[in-house]
Amino acid sequence: METHISGSLNSKSDCQIRFTPKSKGGIKLRMQSKVEQLFGSSIIALAEKTLSELWVVNGLLEIYDNGALPFVLQARIEAVVKAAIPDVGAESLPEMKTHAMYGTTPDRFRRSRLYIPGIQPKLMLNAGIHKPDGIILDLEDSVAPAEKSAARYIVRNALRVLDFFGAERMVRINQGTLGMADLEAVIPHNVHTILIPKVESAEQLKAIDQKIDEICRNCGRKEPVYLMPILESALGILRALEIARASSKNVALAIGLEDYTADLGTQRTAGDSESFFARSMLVNAARAAGLQPIDTVFSDVNDTDGLIKSVREAKAMGFDGKGCIHPRQIRPIHEAFAPTASEIEKAQRIVQAFKAALKRGKGVVTLGSKMIDQPVVKRAQRTINLALTAGILPENRKENSA
Amino acid sequence: MEQTLDLVNNAAGRRVPTLVNGRQSVPFMGVGQYKPSGLKAAPPVKSCSDYPLSGDKVQPSLKAALEKCGLKDGMTISSHHHFRNGDLVMNQVFDLAADLGVKDLVWFPSAAFPCHEPLIEHLESGVIHHIEGSLNGPLGRYASEGKMKKGLAVLRSHGGRWQAVQDGEVHIDIAVIAAPTADSFGNATGDRGPSACGLLGFGLVDSLYADHVIVVTDNLVPFPCVPWQIQGNNVDYVVVLDKVGEADKIISGTTRLTKSPDRLYIAELTANFVKAAGILQDGFSFQAGAGGTALAFAIYLKKLMLEAGIKARFIRGGSTKYLVEMLEEGLTDYILDGQTFDLEGVRSMRENPGHVNTSPFTSYNWHGKGNFAGLLDVVVLGATEVDVNFNANVVTHSDGMMLHGIGGWQNCLFSKCTILPIPAFRNRVPIIVDEVTTLVGPGELIDVIVTERGIAVNPARQDLLDATRNSGLPIRKITEIKAEVDELVGGAPQKPRFSDDIIGVVKWVDGTVLDSIFKVKT
Repeated sequence: METHISGSLNSKSDCQIRFTPKSKGGIKLRMQSKVEQLFGSSIIALAEKTLSELWVVNGLLEIYDNGALPFVLQARIEAVVKAAIPDVGAESLPEMKTHAMYGTTPDRFRRSRLYIPGIQPKLMLNAGIHKPDGIILDLEDSVAPAEKSAARYIVRNALRVLDFFGAERMVRINQGTLGMADLEAVIPHNVHTILIPKVESAEQLKAIDQKIDEICRNCGRKEPVYLMPILESALGILRALEIARASSKNVALAIGLEDYTADLGTQRTAGDSESFFARSMLVNAARAAGLQPIDTVFSDVNDTDGLIKSVREAKAMGFDGKGCIHPRQIRPIHEAFAPTASEIEKAQRIVQAFKAALKRGKGVVTLGSKMIDQPVVKRAQRTINLALTAGILPENRKENSA
Repeated sequence: MEQTLDLVNNAAGRRVPTLVNGRQSVPFMGVGQYKPSGLKAAPPVKSCSDYPLSGDKVQPSLKAALEKCGLKDGMTISSHHHFRNGDLVMNQVFDLAADLGVKDLVWFPSAAFPCHEPLIEHLESGVIHHIEGSLNGPLGRYASEGKMKKGLAVLRSHGGRWQAVQDGEVHIDIAVIAAPTADSFGNATGDRGPSACGLLGFGLVDSLYADHVIVVTDNLVPFPCVPWQIQGNNVDYVVVLDKVGEADKIISGTTRLTKSPDRLYIAELTANFVKAAGILQDGFSFQAGAGGTALAFAIYLKKLMLEAGIKARFIRGGSTKYLVEMLEEGLTDYILDGQTFDLEGVRSMRENPGHVNTSPFTSYNWHGKGNFAGLLDVVVLGATEVDVNFNANVVTHSDGMMLHGIGGWQNCLFSKCTILPIPAFRNRVPIIVDEVTTLVGPGELIDVIVTERGIAVNPARQDLLDATRNSGLPIRKITEIKAEVDELVGGAPQKPRFSDDIIGVVKWVDGTVLDSIFKVKT
């Protein structure tokens, strides 16, 4: 029978698994590992446990290991077994760690979101250490078609075992039916927010919303799953408001400029003038619907100055966040989104005026001769929180200013 | 050597032989405990009447020079490793020895590199009896597998090598000193010539104590060769070859900074720790090597120095472009350099009087009237493993393979603050273990471990703990970091299986035996 293969021979912290199903003869295991002296017997034990959880009783399993962590070995074994025997219904899940159980809130800061290809476990292990606001385990563009299924199991297992140190746990799913299967795989495992690529209609979003509800009902998940639709086409941009309002689970609206500019029949230029309308439209739609507008990724990892300039522009346009593809981009993004000294000072004056008005029992807040509306106070409070998160305002000032 | 030796427990609780390659050796007695007496070794007295008064010591070939030195069975041949992986001389020396039918030579390099893999053939045929020195890469693997049957690999620090020669523990019959530039009298320098490597300090002790000294160069200049890092008055013969080294493997054109976000983060944490601990003060000193993380550390430290308006009195190399920039920008008065890692370092050494040559004698030798290592305020080093008692290993991996030399690492531990910035795990292998596979640095000398998952401070350094308590840095117990990593990698690894056969020993800086390296069972 045919041998199914998952993984390559030369990626660190990963492995290649080959499985040849048999109709009889029991299970045969072969293993070569770079860490055989140290982990050989535990790799064999894990392989045996995984096969038994998947109800496999016959077949040849070959492991070529380059230091893969157990959750990766387990995921790739599940992927090859299911490729060879499509009607296997069982799953082989690593133990859910307590550090993978924290939650999120709809209005948390989403200044930086770090994309990690769902097929590169090495990049996931320490991702949280760099303190991005969100970590996106990507199942879509960064994963080749042949790897989609392995990526799904790796991402699912990563959600169960890795500590992302407080970052929002995000997954970008594929489009269409593949995306629906992605949801089945990840929703039961405390993913916080789903990024939906190439959204062009409210119906598309509603279908996903319904699917998530259904999965939650089936697996007993109580915590909400938030959504971040990504608009990447002319049609998506023109329907931005409709999409933003299509689901109560929406927390942010993001723009993807590579595909958008291709759709327009143009290319990205340094000044991004070709996308000004789209970005502005998205910011307006997101704000109108009470969502966070999130800018596209900055793809030149080595150009820190360019990144900072781009984030400043995004901030000036009204965006709350930016995508990144390398941990080195996180700090410049946070610094550039941080409020300036004069912004903080103004925010503090507004909040103090508001508190003073409350104390005096007045409904109307005034600062100098100007009247201040509720949304302005709310915005000012958020500026102060942002300053605290960015470490610009010392914690002990919190009491005085908030 | 595969013979089973009598082993005793030393003061560190490690099992070590008392007989090493036929010589009685003292088991490690504790840091600073062993104090030998007596006189230093000395080379034989020579007379100018046996050397040409013209000063011309050039021989027609390397073979002729070796023959003139009386090369014979059982001799010890030494060399330095300033040419690193670009050395073209030592393989030739042993090829010639084979041609001359000589056997049972001991090679005593300051370090061996992958380019010396062809010497395995001479070990197999018996031309080389054994190699006594730091074995990197293929030779290390060969010895780890128990194939260097006739002798133990004796791993010494740079300072320990000087000590061993000076104390008469190792007697060098013929020193072969490859030199980027030399004159016919034997004066030699490393800072210029097509094979420029910067310094020749690792070969200095050889030139002073060997019975015979051969300088081999591909750039013969008229007398005098200035500066002379090696004095011609110690040299017997000079040999001119077409090429003594592969320039691009001796010195990289540019030093490469790590791009790994994790390593950059570790380097930044390390610099921030140095600041928080109050070490960053006007007139301070530090040492950081050429590893990617150490380089990044120097860059972060520089940023902090600029912000605080602080200047160092001296920096210890190996120097790189980044250290040279600090010297040229006035952030330090001096670079005291033991080796040079890039072209900018070599240029600076030639041109800048603030860039000073040092040797293992001045910097590292324990059996002297002090050395520079202890004067340093902070040193940043690597490690393959550390244990929960802060003991560290740099020579073997957790799987037991001996793949690295000690270098100046042991000597540097005497700095006022020794920091090891290392990743918490490499490719599933945790770096913090219960007990190091091989003990190379006693935990009492190792103050801080910086990983991407937290900073562990040796409980013996209450002062550092106090100073950094409210710094906001992620200071954690070493056992806590270990537990987190063990959980991530799927449990602590099993121990590699060793046989009872010893393949090498690790010497401490005072020449006592700190640990044994056992053959791995495969």
